[in-house]
Amino acid sequence: MNSIVDRTVSAPIIFDPRTVGPEIDFGTPVSTSTELVTLQIDGHSITVPKGTSIMRAAKELGITIPKLCATDTIEAFGSCRLCVVEIEGRRGTPASCTTPAEAGLKVTTQNGKLAKLRKGVMELYISDHPLDCLTCSANGDCELQDMAGAVGLREVRYGMDGANHFDAKKDESNPYFTFEASKCIVCSRCVRACEEVQGTFALTIQGSGFRSKVSAGINEGFLNSECVSCGACVQACPTATLNEKSVIELGTPEHAVETTCAYCGVGCTFRAEMKGDQVVRMVPSKGGKANDGHSCVKGRFAWGYATHKERILKPLIRENTTDEWKEVSFDEAINFAADRFKKIQAKYGRKSIGGITSSRTTNEEVWVVQKLIRAAFRNNNTDTCARVCHSPTGYGLRQTLGTSAGTQDFASVDATDLMLLIGANPTDAHPVFASRMKKRLRDGAEIIVCDPRRIDLVDSPHVKASVHIPLTPGANVALINALAHTIVTEDLADWDYVKERCDNEAFDKWLKFIKDPKHAPEAVAHLLGGDASKVREAARRYAKAPNASIYYGLGVTEHSQGSTMVMGMANLAMLTGNIGKNGAGVNPLRGQNNVQGSCDMGSFPNEYSGYRPVSDDNVRKLFEAAWGVEQDPEPGYRIPNMFDAAIAGTYKGMYVQGEDIAQSDPNTKHVEAALDSLECLVVQDLFLNETAKFAHVFLPGTSFLEKDGTFTNAERRLGRVRPVMAPKTGKHEWQVTMELANAMGYPMKYNDPSEIMDEIAALTPTFKNVSFERLDNEGSMQWPVTDEAPNGTPIMHIDKFVRGKGLFVVTEFVPTEEKVTPKFPLILTTGRILSQYNVGAQTRRTENNVWHSEDILEIHPHDAEERGIKDGELIKLKSRKGETTLHAKVSERMQPGVVYTTFHMPESGANVVTTEFSDWATNCPEYKVTAVQVEHATQMSEWQKQYLEFNAERRKLAALS
Amino acid sequence: MSIRVYIPRETTASSLGAEALVKAIATEAKYRNLDIEIVRNGSRGACFLEPLVEIETAQGRIGFGPVHSEDVADLFDADFLNGSEKAGKHKKALGLVEQLPWFLNQERLTFARCGIIAATSVAEYQAHGGYVGLHNALKMSTSDVAKEVLESGLRGRGGAAFPTGIKWQTVAGAAADQKYVVCNADEGDSGTFSDRMIMEGDPLSLIEGMTIAAIAVGATKGFVYLRSEYPLTQVILQEAINNARTAGFLGASVANSGKSFDIEIRMGAGAYICGEETSLLESLEGKRGQVRPKPPLPALEGLFGKPTVVNNVISLATVPVIMEKGAKHYAAYGRGRSLGTMPFQLGGNIKQGGLVEKAFGLTLRQLVEGFGGGTFTGKPVRAIQVGGPLGAYFPAELLDTVLDYEEFAKAGGMLGHGGVVVFDSSVNMARMARFSMEFCVAESCGKCTPCRIGSVRGVETIDRIVAAQDGAERARQHIILKDLCETMEAGSLCAMGGLTPMPVMSAVKHFKGDFQ
Repeated sequence: MNSIVDRTVSAPIIFDPRTVGPEIDFGTPVSTSTELVTLQIDGHSITVPKGTSIMRAAKELGITIPKLCATDTIEAFGSCRLCVVEIEGRRGTPASCTTPAEAGLKVTTQNGKLAKLRKGVMELYISDHPLDCLTCSANGDCELQDMAGAVGLREVRYGMDGANHFDAKKDESNPYFTFEASKCIVCSRCVRACEEVQGTFALTIQGSGFRSKVSAGINEGFLNSECVSCGACVQACPTATLNEKSVIELGTPEHAVETTCAYCGVGCTFRAEMKGDQVVRMVPSKGGKANDGHSCVKGRFAWGYATHKERILKPLIRENTTDEWKEVSFDEAINFAADRFKKIQAKYGRKSIGGITSSRTTNEEVWVVQKLIRAAFRNNNTDTCARVCHSPTGYGLRQTLGTSAGTQDFASVDATDLMLLIGANPTDAHPVFASRMKKRLRDGAEIIVCDPRRIDLVDSPHVKASVHIPLTPGANVALINALAHTIVTEDLADWDYVKERCDNEAFDKWLKFIKDPKHAPEAVAHLLGGDASKVREAARRYAKAPNASIYYGLGVTEHSQGSTMVMGMANLAMLTGNIGKNGAGVNPLRGQNNVQGSCDMGSFPNEYSGYRPVSDDNVRKLFEAAWGVEQDPEPGYRIPNMFDAAIAGTYKGMYVQGEDIAQSDPNTKHVEAALDSLECLVVQDLFLNETAKFAHVFLPGTSFLEKDGTFTNAERRLGRVRPVMAPKTGKHEWQVTMELANAMGYPMKYNDPSEIMDEIAALTPTFKNVSFERLDNEGSMQWPVTDEAPNGTPIMHIDKFVRGKGLFVVTEFVPTEEKVTPKFPLILTTGRILSQYNVGAQTRRTENNVWHSEDILEIHPHDAEERGIKDGELIKLKSRKGETTLHAKVSERMQPGVVYTTFHMPESGANVVTTEFSDWATNCPEYKVTAVQVEHATQMSEWQKQYLEFNAERRKLAALS
Repeated sequence: MSIRVYIPRETTASSLGAEALVKAIATEAKYRNLDIEIVRNGSRGACFLEPLVEIETAQGRIGFGPVHSEDVADLFDADFLNGSEKAGKHKKALGLVEQLPWFLNQERLTFARCGIIAATSVAEYQAHGGYVGLHNALKMSTSDVAKEVLESGLRGRGGAAFPTGIKWQTVAGAAADQKYVVCNADEGDSGTFSDRMIMEGDPLSLIEGMTIAAIAVGATKGFVYLRSEYPLTQVILQEAINNARTAGFLGASVANSGKSFDIEIRMGAGAYICGEETSLLESLEGKRGQVRPKPPLPALEGLFGKPTVVNNVISLATVPVIMEKGAKHYAAYGRGRSLGTMPFQLGGNIKQGGLVEKAFGLTLRQLVEGFGGGTFTGKPVRAIQVGGPLGAYFPAELLDTVLDYEEFAKAGGMLGHGGVVVFDSSVNMARMARFSMEFCVAESCGKCTPCRIGSVRGVETIDRIVAAQDGAERARQHIILKDLCETMEAGSLCAMGGLTPMPVMSAVKHFKGDFQ
């Protein structure tokens, strides 16, 4: 470890990069066989799992057999013919990549014959390769170059004037990488990576023989093809053919730091490959347990926002929100905020201020914010933006199973036989996990998709859902009850499991409820796409699969019955014995990188870390002892309560870290009115976001490239986030929060974020054995990390549920109050697309805009026809809450009566339209159901015009900053 | 009773006007009020006599050939239908076909019925010994069937000469929920046509052979991968499959055995490389026709990853006669490790081209000069390429080489699929060597480097040898060519690149003077 920091002194920490070495390529994937074979390679004996290639076995011995077409992220192909070996008693010179190790083999990897053969092959390669190594972008990072050296090639006797591909055209259409066809050696690694790793099948080899060439789609170029820009091909390419534009510009990196991606809840491990403190490229780590060496366009390429010119690096304050911002020092800004907060509390009472933690920041940063609120503000007015996405998951899974988290690790999907996918679109929102799903589907598992739209996992290359239930938005609970009803009445339940593992009294009550014919698929078919037989088919398949798993997303939670649905899914899984084993479970696909963590860290107004109630005297005592401050036994405000209280005049100050509530929360007008009534709004963020429009203090935040801490992904995995550069603002966010606490009069002192984690571990039983030191030395871990499970817990509830007995909860279907009317006859549902992320604050500030530069409204041809709307036309989208304008896309992915849009662009104002309805248990907003009307528009809505004016002002300010 | 007139429905005969001839004879007979029945048999294999018209008489079938439409009126005038004396003297008259030396000197086991019966008739097939083999096989244990085939000495006639029985035993021994029998009918070697001839002339022998294979290994589904250049074959073979199904020899219970087996024809798309068995399997799966590495052997992980018998047409079509007459009967033909018979195909610059089925052991000279009658042009034979475009070029001095797998390999060649292409003294062998590399350029799948790039460099290097201004440069280029051929031979993924050096280096060896 190359620590540049002396931890014994309390000097401000700049950063502590942990440089990691280059990754070893074993040539072929690891074999999972438990049978072992012993063979001899060059006289050395080695024992490997059956199915291991000779190439890999040799590498494990430390013998590197030359290779070009093999790499250990894809299956062996056997095309380059460099890795030939001789095997005693066998004819010829087999390729070591495609020849499996067998007991008793005697392999020779190097002799005169093999050397001559390899040299002969290299001579052929180089006879069709431009000899511009010195000016080539892969110079120093080129396997072809390495191999020419390894085999000792000294001349190309064919000359360079034979037939060649030197004039092949370069494709620079993708914003992040180029395809330099003249450098291509046709090893097919890119094509195979696209198929095997990503599962998109966008690339192919066109033509045969010497005319063979890599083609994206049918000669469409990378940008226009089906390519999703995941980067797998670029990573797989052994030459300069597919190379990052950043490398072309900057040259090869000189060191690497392993860290965790800050986009979605998959939480991919990346190697930030650096020159000094400049990122050259982000490359997924093969050892990353969440991503297994894969990435998506966002994590791999869309990190340029971190140094975007619109980023604010100095603190800003202003007396009134109508005033101009003034740049000040951190001290001045923090004192300004503390003064105001103190004055507000003096005037309006202790509970008149609060804050919101972020799902984007580290666990440690979340921890200090909630601690600031509980210890320095001395109330429980803390909530997290997870409120608006996965709060029903926490509630529902805790009620039924006993833990507010998913039951499995991602790898569990490799063992599943059937995936029941509800209200999630993984290929767009969780692309790296989607690739893992697709791989398993290609290997024989099946998938049932329940989604109003025909998403990619319903039907795409080598993926075909066995059943697609195109339910009406808002009908989830009717669906889950119909599935359970079918399983119960057709006697497909795992009665023994239920009897042994679950609370029998609750189950009997539930059984009586679910047997009611009103839950039969036929009774609710009108809500489920009209075909009851499909629902029965889905239920039968789910119940009969040896290992059936449920994966779900915001299409489940963001409903007025979100919590009911989560419990319904837990019921279904317990009913069929699908909890507590590999390949099964109930698995939330978390939207943001640290949704799980922000919930775990005690951000909720009613719960401390580890989901322990503030009303519990023993828990409070623990915190009082540790923090030295009396704790409030009363739960504080949830986010919507904060807005309501603000409008009512009892809530006056707020600290918002890393969430743009003005854009992401529903019913924008209501939110804006609430924010406008505050006397002190402190916003901590990278950019002057929509919320900052109402702020008095702006504290510049840090990007994940500057952070030092941990994120917790959707599988409860704690991954280290390591700084690759010093904070551009001069201070870490946790330092700023800490200083605010001190300015408020509460002494808070940490020298290092590892001390924050130590405090978390000391105060949270499920994190008991977590420390930075362990995470650094042993890698990521899945909580609970307790004395019973010292290395973490990949799969929960194995022998018994965390709550003891599994609890069946009656899940009555109550339709949302948001109903279609003659005035608003369509249902609007919202979601994401691959290239943009959430409110777009990051991705909009990258080249990802080439794929998606505006939000559009998808509408079924029938609905479009009825309204005379044509593809690409400007339309007005209005609900009883507001209206906005978007361009229309007529699409058969939609079902009639349902329209769809994304909310990535602030100017789209999708949340101007959404309503105030929310989940009955957790107040998670009902983003997924809004009754709307769509009609022709001639100009932008009033709201959008105002927005654009404000945006112009903001740009001006950013330019000054 | 009507007179039976045999006119082949077969690609060679058709290309020489057989279809027009059928119309002409039918019309003429109608015009003359003569009662004839035209039977569409296959070709007997004497291509130089096609279209060969045969009339069934009490003495046997008398032949006329080659017959063209313009001969028809003349033949009718000569009363050829009744075998009159006048007809016997007609310039196209051949007499009793089976007494022609071309046929008398052959040893027909695989092609015993070909050209004799109505190609797709199950009844005629059975009348000539068809389906006896299947009945015998069904009476035996499955392992005995594979053993019988092994003991017959039958080796893969597609060219690799791997013992068919061993392949079957491997597939039979593999445990799987599904197994396949795949017939490789992608007969792409230039100068070969035996697969096509049997599929057009006696397709039921292939169908029966596949059925026996299926029973021996436990397969329930068969595919014939047929090259797209054989559209007529497809029609005839499909007709035969339909007839076999109707007669109960394919389907849910083959010959009432309770065992299920059926066959589907899949057409190729014009790639030579799909004759290589692993490319063929890729193509059958709907993928790009690209070679797969072995292992895994197709016998264990073949079509769709399941254990698969992949056999050539002739190998499979020979199985019925082995099962009908016994392994010993078949093994009594041939010599050494090359047992049974081989359908040789004579082509190129040859006087009498066609198919000759003979037991292994005759010499190349007997084939070329005896059956073939020397070159078509009458000039001396200079070179013979045996075994398709990847086979060695032999000089006339090697005409006494014995035709069996081992002897031929010893002489630096390979029998392959049995194609024999003859060149006369006008041939330039440097150009032929260049052509061999060009062929590889055209047909390489492009997967492995030695074949993909090596073939291109091969063409260029041969050009440099020929263009060399001095001996030193020529010698230097010869070294490069030799090294390249070594790289291709040892380094290529499959036989395409691996065997291309064979014709090239044989031309260099035997005809070095042409490379000036």
